[in-house]
Amino acid sequence: MRMSATRRVNLVALAVLLCSMAGGMATLHAIVHMRRAAAAQEALYVRSSNVLRRMSLGYTGLLADIYWTRAVQYFGEQHHSGSSDFRLLAPLLEVTTELDPRLLPAYQFGANFLAPKPPSGAGLPGAALSLMKYGVEHNPNEWRFYYNLGFLYYTEFKDYAKAADAFAQGAKLPVTNGFMSILAARMAQHAGEFDTARMLWFTAYQSTKEPQIRENAVEHLLALQVDEDVTRLEQVVEKYREQTGRLPATIGDLERAGFIHGAPSDPKGRPYRLMPDGRIEVQDPKNIYFITKGLPPGATPPEPPHQAQPASK
Amino acid sequence: MNSRIAYIAFNTFREAVRDRVLYNLIAFALLLSGAAILVGEISIDIERLVVVNLGLTAVSLFGVVIAIFIGIGLVSKEIDKRTLYTVLSRPVRRWEFIVGKFFGLTGTLVVNTFLMAIGVLLALLYVAHKFEMMDAWVLVALYFIVLQFLIVCALALFFSSFSTPLMSAVFTFALFVIGSLAEDLRGFAKITQGAGGWVVTAVAYLVPNFSALNVISQVAHGDAVPGRLILYNSVYTLLYSAMAISGAVLIFQRRNLK
Repeated sequence: MRMSATRRVNLVALAVLLCSMAGGMATLHAIVHMRRAAAAQEALYVRSSNVLRRMSLGYTGLLADIYWTRAVQYFGEQHHSGSSDFRLLAPLLEVTTELDPRLLPAYQFGANFLAPKPPSGAGLPGAALSLMKYGVEHNPNEWRFYYNLGFLYYTEFKDYAKAADAFAQGAKLPVTNGFMSILAARMAQHAGEFDTARMLWFTAYQSTKEPQIRENAVEHLLALQVDEDVTRLEQVVEKYREQTGRLPATIGDLERAGFIHGAPSDPKGRPYRLMPDGRIEVQDPKNIYFITKGLPPGATPPEPPHQAQPASK
Repeated sequence: MNSRIAYIAFNTFREAVRDRVLYNLIAFALLLSGAAILVGEISIDIERLVVVNLGLTAVSLFGVVIAIFIGIGLVSKEIDKRTLYTVLSRPVRRWEFIVGKFFGLTGTLVVNTFLMAIGVLLALLYVAHKFEMMDAWVLVALYFIVLQFLIVCALALFFSSFSTPLMSAVFTFALFVIGSLAEDLRGFAKITQGAGGWVVTAVAYLVPNFSALNVISQVAHGDAVPGRLILYNSVYTLLYSAMAISGAVLIFQRRNLK
């Protein structure tokens, strides 16, 4: 049976369509692989927010959202691949915030991306500070910006005076319910205390719904618990030594002498270990991130493994 | 509105629907639902902002494109098809034809915007799980977008009353771009000295001010829109549209249709 001319043309056209579609996709896949590095660099096509503002014809809000998403993608991509090259992160965040100076997540999380040392962040605390200052300048009536600036001074710069100043400025706004003035006072008088740090991380946890940021805050709260426990237990060991003239052999000795009640455990439920030199260590230091105490001598504070960023969720 | 204008307006609306103009709603729905679902996966903490920014920007741009591409053909198509002669041979005045076409096109865009607005609000409900007081300002932004359409329709109709469809599209789109940058133009006028300054100032006041009608970023952050701005924008739009439609009527009255 002979096929009609129309049917033949239809079949050939369909075959060409399917073949070219499959071939096109395969070629594109190869191109994407070949230019992966270049693609990351192309995340920032235009660096001038003024040019972008005019090109957007006034639809700057959407453009800012797109640039913020690009910043998240760029950070996620670099972080996930273990790269320490974050050179486009600060310009991407600058463009984002200049397009929409009120985009709080870009400041809040942007500073979190910029400030910490690699591999957790870009290791650019100065850029994070500039970003936060820009946010405060353009949002003088929004307490969250002062809070985030103070938080940055506290966590990254350990500059308690400036942190206190930022919290105090935020405390002048009526919506903070007084907690900012408490933070400012604590920062000024008892900077570095566990309660202050706990209050800051707890506020960080409460101020977002983003699971990764909440998880990070929880990890820091757990680490604070360990740091506080270890400090307190080492003080108890010292008291024991002063009273008995010798170091306790086990944690049980402290309990029997009435210094503590029960065997203390870390937040993951593992009992603390008393070392022969009187130091207190956690049993599994790799499992509790960000701790600064309870580590074996010379060990660096553990950090979470490369987390799946939004780009690769 | 007299019955002849209403009849022309209704037929313009019916023709637009028959031309499958409302099919753009499918693209809009896909865009918005895609954004509402995916943005949480690829970005951080801006789900509501994206739905408002993207939704309202899409409503605005889709509408402007429809207003331009239908508006420019409203007169020329009737001349090409020679249906204009049939209409004008009846007791329909030329100005009634122009005004009827204007109302028909704006009616189409209002229906289109209404359906898109439902989409935006549903997407907002999906990402935020509930409506808040500040979401009411989204409705004001949508109202401003409709005002924007009125001006674009009037301009498209004005240009189509004396020019070819292609040139009308170019002129209308150029005015839309310039009008969107009206604030910059006024800033430029302020720093320009002498006669040049006067010319730029005159141009800045003549071109439509679309930037004042764009409060998308503002409402995305839940900011209130001043009542006075709503009033001024409404009056400005009415006056500007009346100006452009009057111009279209004046030209069309004198146009030789032979």
